Amino acid sequence: MNLPIHKLNKAFDNRIRLGIMSALLMNEEVNFNFLKELLDITDGNLASHLKQLEETKYIKVTKGFLGRKTNTTYHITPAGEKAFREHLKVLEEMIARSK
Amino acid sequence: MPEQQEPIEQLREIRNMMERSSRFVSLSGWSGITAGLAGLLGAFLAHRRIGHYYDVEYGQANASPEKLYNDLLLIAVGIFILAFVLAIFFTWRKSRHSDLPFWGEVSKRLLMNTMLPMLAGGIFILRLMEFNQYDFVAPACLIFYGLGLINGSKYTLGEVRYLGMAQLFLGLMNLFFMRDGLWFWAAGFGLMHIVYGTAMWWKYERKA
Repeated sequence: MNLPIHKLNKAFDNRIRLGIMSALLMNEEVNFNFLKELLDITDGNLASHLKQLEETKYIKVTKGFLGRKTNTTYHITPAGEKAFREHLKVLEEMIARSK
Repeated sequence: MPEQQEPIEQLREIRNMMERSSRFVSLSGWSGITAGLAGLLGAFLAHRRIGHYYDVEYGQANASPEKLYNDLLLIAVGIFILAFVLAIFFTWRKSRHSDLPFWGEVSKRLLMNTMLPMLAGGIFILRLMEFNQYDFVAPACLIFYGLGLINGSKYTLGEVRYLGMAQLFLGLMNLFFMRDGLWFWAAGFGLMHIVYGTAMWWKYERKA
C-alpha cells in the first residue's frame, strides 16, 4: 500500500489546527473566544496554534475593538482555503485507497 | 488524545467542527412536541373563550368585544411564554448532555436570524389589531413565524426549514379561509410542532 502521506500538509497535522481551519471555512470571521469555546482549550494553547497558522499565511488576523475590549478576529485566506481543501482531498484519497 | 490521527478520524473531526461552528444542533425534539402541546392548549382555550362570548355574552348589555380580545391576547402571550420556556428547557437539557455550549456565537446567530422576521411580524400584527383587522392575525402569525424559521434554519438542524415552509403554507392558505384562523393556528402551532418534534426525536434522540 502506497499511501500519499508525504502529501499531507504539515500545517494541519494537529487536531487543534484542523479544528481552527474547519471553523474558519464555515464562518466569514470568528473571534478568539468563539474558537476557545469551540475547541475547549486554554488561551495559551490556542494562541500558539493560531500563531503557527498565521505564519503560514493560511489565516489573517484583524485586531479591533468591541466597546473597550479588544476583539481579535480571524479569517481564512484564499491560500489557506486552497491548502485546507487540498488536505481534505488527500485524506479522502487515503481512505479510499486503504479500503 | 493523540495529536496525530488516522485519516478517517481526522475527517470525522473536521466534519464535527464544521457543524459545531456553524449550526446549533442541540435543538431538542421534545422542545417541538411540548411547544405543539402548548399551542393546542392555547387553541382550545381561545376556542372556549370565543364560544363563551357568542353563547352567553353576545347580545347582552354587558357584552364587551374589547374584553374578549384582551383575553385572547392574554391567552396568546401566556401560551407563547409557556412554549418558549419549555422549548428552552429541553434544548438546554440536550446541550448539557452533549457537552455543547448552550449560549454562544452559534445560538446567538440562530436566535437573531429567527427573531428578525418574527419581530417585524409582531409589529405588523399589533398594527393590524389597532385597525381591528383581527381576521388577519392568525395568518400573519403563521406567515411571519414560518419566515423566521426558514431564515433561522441555516443555523440549526436543516429540517427546521420544512417546518418553516409548512407554517408559511398554512398561513397563506389561511388568507383564503379567513373565518377559520383558529383551526389553522391549531394546525400550525399545535399539530405541525408535534409532528416535527416527534420526527426529530425519532431521528436524532431515540438512541441517545
